[in-house]
Amino acid sequence: MLKGRLSGFVFQLLAFVLALVFVSLILIAAKASPMEAYKNMITGSVGSMRKFAEVLVTFVPLLLVTAGLLITFSAGLWNIGVEGQIVLGAIGTAWVFRQFVDSTLPAGLIITLAIFGGMAFGALWASFAGALKTFGGVNEIFGGLGLNFVSTALTLYLIFGPWKREGVASMSGTEPFPDHFSLPQLPDLRISLWALGIALVGVVIVYFILQGTYFGLKLKAVGKNFRAAYLLGIPTWQYSMYSFLICGALAGAAGAIQVAAVYHRLIPSISSGYGYLGLMVAMLINYQAVWAIPVALFFAALNIGSIQLPIVMKLDSSLAGVLQGVLVLFVLLMEGVRQKFVKKA
Amino acid sequence: MNVELKNIHKHFGNVHANKGINLNIPSGTIQGILGENGAGKSTLMKILSGFIQADSGSEIILDGKSVTIDSPADAIHHGVGMLHQDPLDFPPMKVLDNFILGRFTGGLFPNRKEATQDFNLLAKEFDFSFDPESYVDSLTVGERQQLEIMRLLWLGARVLILDEPTTGISASQKSKLFSTLKKLPEQAMTIIFVSHKLEDVESLCDQVAVLQAGELVGEMKPPFNTSKLVEMMFGKVVTLGERQPVLTNETMLELKNVSLEDVRLKIKNVDLNLCAGEVIGLAGMEGSGQGMFIRACAGLVRPVGGRVKLKGQDLTGKSYHAYKNAGVNFLPAARLEEGLVPGLSLTDHFVLAEQPKGIFIDRVAGQNLAEDRIKSFNIRGTPLSMVESLSGGNQQRAELALLQDPLSLVLLEHPTRGLDIESVIYIWSKLKERCRQGASIIFISSDLEEILQYSDRVLVFFSGKVSPPIDAATTSVEQLGQLIGGKGWPEKGGSHA
Repeated sequence: MLKGRLSGFVFQLLAFVLALVFVSLILIAAKASPMEAYKNMITGSVGSMRKFAEVLVTFVPLLLVTAGLLITFSAGLWNIGVEGQIVLGAIGTAWVFRQFVDSTLPAGLIITLAIFGGMAFGALWASFAGALKTFGGVNEIFGGLGLNFVSTALTLYLIFGPWKREGVASMSGTEPFPDHFSLPQLPDLRISLWALGIALVGVVIVYFILQGTYFGLKLKAVGKNFRAAYLLGIPTWQYSMYSFLICGALAGAAGAIQVAAVYHRLIPSISSGYGYLGLMVAMLINYQAVWAIPVALFFAALNIGSIQLPIVMKLDSSLAGVLQGVLVLFVLLMEGVRQKFVKKA
Repeated sequence: MNVELKNIHKHFGNVHANKGINLNIPSGTIQGILGENGAGKSTLMKILSGFIQADSGSEIILDGKSVTIDSPADAIHHGVGMLHQDPLDFPPMKVLDNFILGRFTGGLFPNRKEATQDFNLLAKEFDFSFDPESYVDSLTVGERQQLEIMRLLWLGARVLILDEPTTGISASQKSKLFSTLKKLPEQAMTIIFVSHKLEDVESLCDQVAVLQAGELVGEMKPPFNTSKLVEMMFGKVVTLGERQPVLTNETMLELKNVSLEDVRLKIKNVDLNLCAGEVIGLAGMEGSGQGMFIRACAGLVRPVGGRVKLKGQDLTGKSYHAYKNAGVNFLPAARLEEGLVPGLSLTDHFVLAEQPKGIFIDRVAGQNLAEDRIKSFNIRGTPLSMVESLSGGNQQRAELALLQDPLSLVLLEHPTRGLDIESVIYIWSKLKERCRQGASIIFISSDLEEILQYSDRVLVFFSGKVSPPIDAATTSVEQLGQLIGGKGWPEKGGSHA
């Protein structure tokens, strides 16, 4: 057991080194210094308190989405539709805010309602993918992908239609909400401790669901062998639906925070691709909830760290995406190599 | 083909599955490999067929040449083909496509016409009947084995390894298989027949090797000394127990005019009264309707007509889970596909089977439960063992250990398939215990002796027809075999479909 764990760690370290080497080669081919690029990424992410706060702003939705995806992956489902579920969470939150623009209710209550509204919208959107799968026989990957496109169209419709700014509609989004609709932020920093708290609570709950509850155990049984789980007496399709609902609610919370703590309005690309990034994190950590926090933090740091690359080095900031993708591929590859190696030994 | 195995060793982690096995099989021999579950038979055969690789120092010599077999494809290239205990095929594909797969004839497009001809020819030779255009998932496990045998022969196997081939097929199919197998050595084919069934090995094989705990403990040529073989297998003498009928007058399951239908078969108007404590065996060729029947009793197949009552409670049309809550448990034959969840541990399984209420898993209770079950069902594994790492026999015991308590009706598909006689006796003693507690049992088996030994009454299935219940104590294997083969059925006057 220990030997297996040790070899797993060694191979993952190797995968990390190989990913760095591979990206370095790409950088050298692009006539840029890898060392300088990495140095810029590090200073760009943890170089100052302000920058680290930006990392946390990215980390919060990414962690929530990853936590949700751990649930659907455990149930054997590829919830690609998570991207759309974030969007619907944002729309739901924006909708609740709009209902209370002129209200005299305490702001805390309105924000709470708005976040729950976002979670409900996200869960509802996820339930569409679940229903398509359960009752329509549509694979959740196709259903989710289709719903992602619909959610983007819906956002654009709202921004340019019913929710458009006074005077002229624009890609910059809807009219910003009043200041008191914002989750309280740290002085001079963009990060809200409330948002961070919600994300951490989310991942801890998911960890306990998967590790310590009968619900989680049943979910895993459904994911690993649907037929046998049914024969063991587990209501299988219901559990698939529950997992969609939980994941949708967590993704919806991510979207809610994007509105309530980051953008303070609905914008066209409100989900920022965190859904797909979350899928990568979940794969990278091999669906182990314990690793969600450090890896999501690392990915967030890469995203923020690469922002200044275009200015400082004339490199595109998508370098972060390249590094993330290469890292996932190498970790999966090395896991395959390790299994072969362990089997032979 | 001449097969020589020299000093074969295989470790799985700490388990030493094969301990320096030396075996020489001359060309044209039918070699029997006997041994109880976990004795290392399957491991040895998987090494020879390239499915797994032996530890270094082991040597395989085919026709005098030392060879390295890296994969099953490599093995078939060398002329070694293996029929695995669990069929390795592609259920969502057509029978013919399965048949063609693995054949490297060159060219982009398979010659389906030629393949169909060859297929039909081979099928005729073996007297197997299936439609090459049907889908594999519509076949029974037994039929899938037959398809695999045909495919291996067609691929040009000159050494044919059969791992427990008779477990899935009926008595008449078995005798057909044996007569074909007996013809093959004349064409210099070598047959390796892995089994735990003494009678099969004795009636078929030219020589027998016995494995015990990973070691080759003895070899024998005909005439075989059965008790000596048993002693070599188990290190002691085993006998079947006495028949122990446990009967009451209380009705457990009542079927009234039940009709069932699927795409291939129609079963019409079955009436049955099953008493508490009674055991009913379902006999018949694979795919004669007994599978559909037992699934209907489990609530997995909805009858198209008639009523199903359990202890007087009408369950007709209810869901499987309603049946389960009413005390009906079903153990399917395909262990890793339907019965167990690969990737979960034994503890996880036992905990799930308890239908736990509450939110948080009680780990201590789960651990204790697992240790308890492992001990009382004699499972070779630990509470944390993943089910897929267990041997077939231990998976079967694990499935049995999942039965709820209390129970009204236990439905079993091939409860002892692939198990050695000691395990069979053990498992039936556990099942009979359930009967004494008032449960009834319906089970499917292709082992007629098992059916007669352990049932009180027998239902015979023949292409959708169901016999009236037959008293097991006064029926012989021959009589039963004839009914299964379609002989001795009462002629009904023209009206039935």
